[in-house]
Amino acid sequence: MRYMPHTEADRRAMLQAIGVPSVDSLFRDVPEAARLKGPVDLPPHQGELEVERAIAAMAARNLGTASAPSFLGAGAYRHHVPAAVDHLIQRGEFLTSYTPYQPEVSQGTLQYLFEFQTQVALLTGMEVANASMYDGASAASEAVVMATRVTKRDRAVLSGNLHPHYREVVATNAGLLGIALDAAPPCPDGAEDLARRIDDKTACVVVQNPGFFGQIRDFTKLAEACRARGALLIVAVTEVVSLGALKPPGEMGADIVVAEGQSLGNPLGFGGPYVGLFATREKFLRQMPGRLCGQTVDADGQRGFVLTLSTREQHIRREKATSNICTNSGLCALAFTIHLTLLGEAGFRRLAALNHARAAQLAERLEKTRGVEVVGDGFFNEFAVRLEGRKAVDVVEQLAGKRILAGVPVARLYPDRPELADLLLVAATELTTDRDIDALATALEGAR
Amino acid sequence: MSTNPHGTITGNRGLQLEEPLIFEQGADGRSGVDLPEPPKVKSRLGGLERQGAIGLPGLSEPQAIRHYTRLSQKNYAIDAGMYPLGSCTMKHNPRLNEKLVRLGGLADLHPLQPVSTVQGALELIDTLAHWLKTLTGMPAVAMSPAAGAQGELCGVMAMKAAHDAKGNSKRVRILVPESAHGTNPATAAACGYQVEAIPADARGRVDLAALKARLGPDVAGIMITNPNTCGLFENDMIEIGRAVHAAGGFFYCDGANFNAIVGRVRPGDLGIDCMHINLHKTFSTPHGGGGPGSGPVVLSAALAPYAPLPWVVHGKDGFALVEQTEGTARSATGRLKAFHGQMGMFVRALAYMMSHGADGLRQAAGDAVLNANYVLARLSDVMSAPFPGPCMHEALFDDRFLNGSGVSTLDIAKAMIDEGFHPMTMYFPLVVHGAFLIEPTESESKASLDQFIAVMRGLAERVKKGDTDHFHQAPRYTPRRRLDETQAARKPVLRWRPPAPDKQAAE
Repeated sequence: MRYMPHTEADRRAMLQAIGVPSVDSLFRDVPEAARLKGPVDLPPHQGELEVERAIAAMAARNLGTASAPSFLGAGAYRHHVPAAVDHLIQRGEFLTSYTPYQPEVSQGTLQYLFEFQTQVALLTGMEVANASMYDGASAASEAVVMATRVTKRDRAVLSGNLHPHYREVVATNAGLLGIALDAAPPCPDGAEDLARRIDDKTACVVVQNPGFFGQIRDFTKLAEACRARGALLIVAVTEVVSLGALKPPGEMGADIVVAEGQSLGNPLGFGGPYVGLFATREKFLRQMPGRLCGQTVDADGQRGFVLTLSTREQHIRREKATSNICTNSGLCALAFTIHLTLLGEAGFRRLAALNHARAAQLAERLEKTRGVEVVGDGFFNEFAVRLEGRKAVDVVEQLAGKRILAGVPVARLYPDRPELADLLLVAATELTTDRDIDALATALEGAR
Repeated sequence: MSTNPHGTITGNRGLQLEEPLIFEQGADGRSGVDLPEPPKVKSRLGGLERQGAIGLPGLSEPQAIRHYTRLSQKNYAIDAGMYPLGSCTMKHNPRLNEKLVRLGGLADLHPLQPVSTVQGALELIDTLAHWLKTLTGMPAVAMSPAAGAQGELCGVMAMKAAHDAKGNSKRVRILVPESAHGTNPATAAACGYQVEAIPADARGRVDLAALKARLGPDVAGIMITNPNTCGLFENDMIEIGRAVHAAGGFFYCDGANFNAIVGRVRPGDLGIDCMHINLHKTFSTPHGGGGPGSGPVVLSAALAPYAPLPWVVHGKDGFALVEQTEGTARSATGRLKAFHGQMGMFVRALAYMMSHGADGLRQAAGDAVLNANYVLARLSDVMSAPFPGPCMHEALFDDRFLNGSGVSTLDIAKAMIDEGFHPMTMYFPLVVHGAFLIEPTESESKASLDQFIAVMRGLAERVKKGDTDHFHQAPRYTPRRRLDETQAARKPVLRWRPPAPDKQAAE
């Protein structure tokens, strides 16, 4: 077997050094009844070519977004990733290293985490950021839990424009911890009044920008309303490229910003692994969950980096930890930071402008398409359309038959709300072409 | 850099190259990506345009490549050498797995495409689920947890939901052995449980009598790592399971060390109710400098109804995906993460499993246990082992052999770095003093183990000779020497900020 170096002679010599007759005898602490006598009922080992053939056959049964016009978004976006990103993250020193607990032999990982934390703080307009979380939804959930710790209150208000999966993940953890949720209904075309839901027991209000249905909002007034009642404002961002074009949540007065970082450096990959971003104010630093990298000096007085403030974490605090999480999303954070370094200020701004322009062109075209109504105004690279008299799920299925990935039917995420059945979310990115837009508009016109 | 310990002009030392932060080498207007000019359109941003600079540095592609290449060279890695971190399972990461996860039709799949267009992806998840269920002897598996700790959360939530369904609201306590990973008590607490520690006995196993004495109507369940964090198989697993079940509790098994027994023991045969599996340990998805992981959870028939969303089912037109449940079928556990789980890790783990096959997985566990016992046997005379062998996949030593020497476990670890090894896990588990937890994994050859053993014996000899300075000064040959962690924690500097203008002028 190609991955295991021992010869039979090696094994014999080692068993002799140990003083046992066989490998099986090393398992003598296992109760006899539980010891398997031979291999389990699964196929035997295979070479690279057989494994590659089998998995490539599964891949071939899918319709990838690279092979069809695609307008899918709703929290996961297809972008162009520069070739250098994937090359660099596959360097063995990054790919096959562990969490940097031994800083003298992990300065590479630690320095990029320090740079990553700085980039996230800059993008979100916040003071500090952690070294990443599992994904945007889990970051949102951890933010709610953190808000209850900071405010010592146990209620959270959720916007109807927060991604439904984020709402569900927040609800899962809130249920465990006895946090009461006040979830506003989804509102595809109207502003919601969240300020009136805040009371003296509210720990936080969670909003999203751009919202799940694509709308952009200024939350400055809401931030003031939160502050007046002693609650925190949490802003979630599911399309991080939008921060290259939009006023950042920090400037609106957000207390915690969480985001899904997949759009930079990371492929769609059927939903994971992704990378959650988490940023907050300096004064909440010690309440923040997740790993943190900090600057210090070494024994020779040279600048270096270490994981720090780990007294908040589970391996030290055990049941008193700020969270049970013990990993970040290292390699995805690396892909994120490399992509953003390659783009730089000028490239990132242009990428955002390009995304918005493509979406604006898509909207213009769909506004002229029979039976399609663009919902609301003020969006970044994604918006909702109403398919008059038709169910979006059916239309999407029909168009998939024509090898067009038309977008995300809202009903996929809100199946029990018939009033949303005709809504389709469509996104455009720098990868969207004029031909793609034309194909979608033409097909939507003909679909029933 | 005017002063540096190497006396070179640059601060570099041969192949060890100094590298500033990206923020210290950027220039306005420079970019490593050429993008087309955006078409002119009327802005629809509603007047909420970002004003002012973000502050991101501009680097060209060659600068960026050099930056990250230099950074990478400051890291230790499995690709470079032995990484004997106990409990972390740093085994070889096959490159085939990296190739497959990047295939068109997998890497470019959107999680919310119509299921008719992702039948191959669902088949892949279903196939992996079949392997996991067969290897563990369990009837069900929840695939979505993002990492081991989230898998733990998933398992304990399922236990809680099952109790709630029976109206068992008085079960407020979870028992956790004191040797457990820190995530176990943190997870139980995150689920709202009170945590109670169970002592270890003189053999490094759960004290069965103490456990039985503590069971009762207030106990929701127990969390046991097996093989445990001392690298030992819990001989009484079957008995523990019976006792916990008789008392009305559930039996959680922390599967972090499943790699020691995969293909040789099915945890289901030991009577467990649930177990998370770290795909990044047992099934070798890369650790990537600290994630991402993936932590599917196998469930007994009693807990299977409480699995979190989503799950793959066999429908009449191929595979289907259950993402929502309504009414009485509503998932009691809800959703743990957006979308469907760590697909990229599923692809790699399945490729690893298919490459090994049932025979190769059994052999991998056997070789991992053989290697750890070889280390234990060859070092027991110069280091101090708290428990007699055989061990499973990792060998545990304590610091009694350092008594009175002025050298600590940490000092030994730092000296290993100068010898070209990554240190073992230190000071964990907490049940022995100054622990060294060594996990060689099946990837190491006998020659590599012999070199490691020679280094450890040499260092132990040096301790005996009283050469404490050698240890206190280590490491000497790394890109950075020991770092001041106290300063980092006291005055946290967590991001770069532009230097103050007066300082800039002075430079």
